[in-house]
Order: sequence, then C-alpha cells, then structure tokens
Amino acid sequence: MTTPPLRHRILTASLLTVAALYFLTPVYWLAVSATKNTADLFGTFGFWFAHPHPLDRLGAVLTYDHGVYVRWFANSLLYAGIGATAATLLAAAAGFALAKYPFRGRETVFRVVLAGVLLPGTALALPLYFLFSDLGLADTYWAVLLPGTVSPFGVYLCRIYATAAVPDALLEAARIDGAGESRIFATLGLRLMTPALVTVFLFQFVHIWNNYFLPLVMLSDSRLYPVQLGLTTWTGYADRHPVLYQYTVGGALLSVVPLMILMTVLQRYWRTGLADGGLKA
Amino acid sequence: MSRTAVTRPRAPRAHARPARPPHGRRPGRTRTRHTRAAAVLLLPFLALFVLCFLAPLGYAVYQSVHRTHRTGPLGLGGHPTETFAGLDNYAQALGDPTFLSGFGRVLLFGAVQIPLMIVLATALALLLESASARGVPFFRTAFFLPYGVPGVIASLLWGFLYVPGISPLVEIAGHLGVQIDFLARDTVLWSLANIVTWQFTGYNMLVLIAQLKAVPPELYEAARIDGANAWHLARHIKIPLIRPALVLTGVFSIIGTLQLFAEPMVLRPLASAIDSGYTPNLHAYSEAFTGDNPHLAAAEAVLLALVACVLSFGFLRLTAGRGTDRG
Repeated sequence: MTTPPLRHRILTASLLTVAALYFLTPVYWLAVSATKNTADLFGTFGFWFAHPHPLDRLGAVLTYDHGVYVRWFANSLLYAGIGATAATLLAAAAGFALAKYPFRGRETVFRVVLAGVLLPGTALALPLYFLFSDLGLADTYWAVLLPGTVSPFGVYLCRIYATAAVPDALLEAARIDGAGESRIFATLGLRLMTPALVTVFLFQFVHIWNNYFLPLVMLSDSRLYPVQLGLTTWTGYADRHPVLYQYTVGGALLSVVPLMILMTVLQRYWRTGLADGGLKA
Repeated sequence: MSRTAVTRPRAPRAHARPARPPHGRRPGRTRTRHTRAAAVLLLPFLALFVLCFLAPLGYAVYQSVHRTHRTGPLGLGGHPTETFAGLDNYAQALGDPTFLSGFGRVLLFGAVQIPLMIVLATALALLLESASARGVPFFRTAFFLPYGVPGVIASLLWGFLYVPGISPLVEIAGHLGVQIDFLARDTVLWSLANIVTWQFTGYNMLVLIAQLKAVPPELYEAARIDGANAWHLARHIKIPLIRPALVLTGVFSIIGTLQLFAEPMVLRPLASAIDSGYTPNLHAYSEAFTGDNPHLAAAEAVLLALVACVLSFGFLRLTAGRGTDRG
C-alpha cells in the first residue's frame, strides 16, 4: 500500500480526534463527576476534579438504602446473563434447524421470524404487559426474563451462519457413525457455530441490559428493578434528597463500566457477526 | 464470503444461498427423521416466540377493537363488561391532535437525525479505513463505546450536560459570550437527536466497517492503477459496495426512531416542552398507565407497529428498486 501524502494524513487524524472528543467527553464528565460530592457537582467546573474521593463516593452509592444498588445490579446481570444465554441456545437450535433440515413450511416459518426482527419492541411491550398481567406474570422476574429469551435476529444470524459454516457432508458422516440428530446439533452444530453464537449473545446481552421500556411497564416492585430503572427512581426523588444526584452519577458510572469492558474486549466478535449479518441482508 | 460448496451425490443443497424447498429426493424415512429433528430444535424457540411476539400482537389487536364499560371505580384492564368497539379506538387515536403531532415529531426527528447519523457513520468508517494503522483501534473503540451506554444513562448524562447551572458546556459557551439553551421549546428535539446520534453512530460505523472489510483489496488496487484518488475510491467503489449495510442501518434506525421513549422520558422533568404526548410511545404509555385506557393504548401500539412496518418495508422497496441487483 502506498502512504498517502502528509497533508492528507494530518487532516484524517484531526477529523478523527474531533470525533473522538465528541464521543468521549460525556464519558469523561461522568468519570470526573462520580468523584465529587453533591455540592461540588453543582458548584464546580464539570470538566475538572474537585475534592476527589472516588472510593468513598462509589462506596456510598453501594451502601445507600441497605445496598439496593447492588441488588439492582444483580438483577440486571440476572436478566441479561440468563436471558442472553437462553436466547443464544434457542436461536442456535432454531437457526440450525432452519438451515440444515428441509421441511415443509420452512420458508414460511423463517419469514414470520424475520418479520419479528422488524417489529418495534416497545410496540409489543404494552400488549405484553396486558397479556402477562392476565397470566399473573407481570411484576415477577419472569416478566423481564421471558421476553429476553427470544431473539429473532439471533435466529436469522444463526441460520445464515449455519448454512455457510456447517457442511452437510460432516452431518452425513456423523449420521453414518450412528449419532442421533440432537447429538449432532449439540456437538457438531454448536461448536461450528461458536463465532456466531458469541455475537448473538453479545447483541442480546446489550439489548436486555439497555432495555428500559419493558421493565418500566412490567415491574412495580422496586426489588425486581434492573439498574436503569432504579437510577431513574433516584433522580425522581433527587429534588427532595439532593444527595441522590451524586448517587445517580456514581451509579451511572458503575453501571456503564462492565458493558464498556465487554464491548472493548470482544469487539472482534461484534465485527464478525455484523459482517455475516450485514452482508447477506 | 462464498464458501466452497461441499458436493455430495445425493444432496444438491450445500450452497451458502437460502435453500429452496425440498424436492422430495430423499427417502421417506430420512425425511420423517429430519422433520422430527427440526421440530424438536425449533419448538422451544417458536413457543416463546409465540408467547412474546405473536400473542401480544394478537392480544393488542383484540384489545384495540374492544372497550370497557366501567361500572366501578378505577380498575386496570378490568373484565366487567368488555364490548366490541369496532374501529372506535383507532378513530379516537387518529383524531387526537397530541398523538398525531407526536408522530409528526418523530418523523421530523427521523428525517433529520437518521441521514445525519448515517452520513457521519459512513464518513468515520471511511476515514478509519484510510487512516494509517496506528491509532485506528483506539479511535474505533472510542466511537463504539457509547453504544454500551444504555439510553437511560445516556439521557441522564446528557441531561446533566444540558441543564444550565451544572453543565460545563453551557458554562464554556457563556464565557465565550454565547447563550445556549439546550432544553428550550424549539431546541430540545435536537438535543434528543444529539443523544441518539451519540449513542448509535459508532455502532452503525462498525456495521459499515464490517462490510468494507469484505471488499476484496484487488478491487482497490485495480482502481488505484486506473488513477482513482481517495475520493473517487470512496464515491464510486466503497459506498456502492456497502449499500446493503447502509440499507440495514437505515431500516434499524427507522424502527428505533419510531420507538423513541427513554430519552424524552428522562429529559421530561428538565424540559417543559416535553409533555406526555411528545412521542407516540410516550402517549401510549400515559394512556395505559395514567389515563387508564388500555384499549386506546393497544390501538396506538398497533398503529405504531403498522407505521414501522410500512416505513421499513417502504424503505427497503425504495432502496431495492434503485439500481443494483446485488444482495
């Protein structure tokens, strides 16, 4: 590859820097502000430190109200962790079946699932709430867990990936060796589909973790809240208890860190999955 | 991405294309066995798909054409007397100026924000592609990072950066002699647009980069030998080749925009311009919970899904109709 002229490179670097400033400034503000107390939060310049005591501040967030924040955080992990794991396995099985077994009505099933990708999730959340309250499921862990286990996009991705990455000859060989279909899926299928499965898991994990509308609609018991919902109740009370502003900021930082690590470390998988999904779309 | 097809005498379907329906060449026993295996693998997903996607949709349609006659005091979704209402709820929703103006607002929002975000994402993807290798991973991660910030947190965060008195941005602007009010009646929609752009540009950029990576490098070499400069390369080779990804990001952005909820919900206490009908979703939510009218809310949810379908399919039609036969 030839090196572009210097002028060109300087221009590129400065544009990228400006963009990076835009995307990182709010995160930087959050990190700085999480070390401040409420008075400094309002009284000092936002982009610089004032009496930083990060550990004390974050400790106060974790212990406030008998450690309710820790509970919310655990709830979020539970909803996103279990939900995304289940969604990945279900999508893998469905995608594999749609890719590898010809049966009547297969394309119809696939099209209905694809339509599910295009349905706006929040348009479904309200009806889902009405349905779940009739079934007695509203305001329980199930209300947020169950919808999280369904990923039409995951099925789509898994089908495309399985079609390309699982050779029929290999399945046939396993059959000749006497392996049952479920064993073939559990051993061969899952292993060959692993890169796609990591992508599906990541997407679904972030999707559930970031979802606000569904838990807002479904839950009224604050002990079941995920982090996001909990934090908005804090801001709701912050007018009366100004210290909650400080806790909201600290809690926001704590809630953002794990996901950011996950995204940075596993970035490679985002791109693989996106390439497979985007290319064939 | 085309893989070498593994050829086998009796199964002519080992290609990476969407498969055609079976031609019935397999012996019957294998087919039964396969159908059973497919059913076992598909059923768990399908059962939950029906419960969480199809059933609520059906239930919403059912609810939207009924109404409750209340005899007692407040009772959410109360059974007492539910009667068929025809399209009354739809007529009521469509006759409500607040609901309609909410729709108008998200459409205006989408018409401005989506093209802006996709242009920005494309520009960043192309810049990262052409930049020298050092620093690229850092920039890519920096741009992508906001995708990991949930909408609620992003809105809280930007909320602090918008409110005068705490926002360092307003403070800096004030020192420079500029008075900005991010939360005023006619600016708050664009402040919301900024939050959404901040969150999703990096994600869309990554989708585009993924597709750019799939372009065979020989193509660039050939173009360069023909004397194409960086701009020609981007305009005539890269952008046409990432069209499918651009369409994909467009469709997902349209669906996302129509559902706009968390951002205005969080900024609502800060901006008086944001009322309970600011977006269609906010309107449906308040009808269901504070207005205690689940039937109207159901009709509004159905309308929202319908508009999302029409717009995203329309967009797919429009983009598929123009030009390429790729994809």
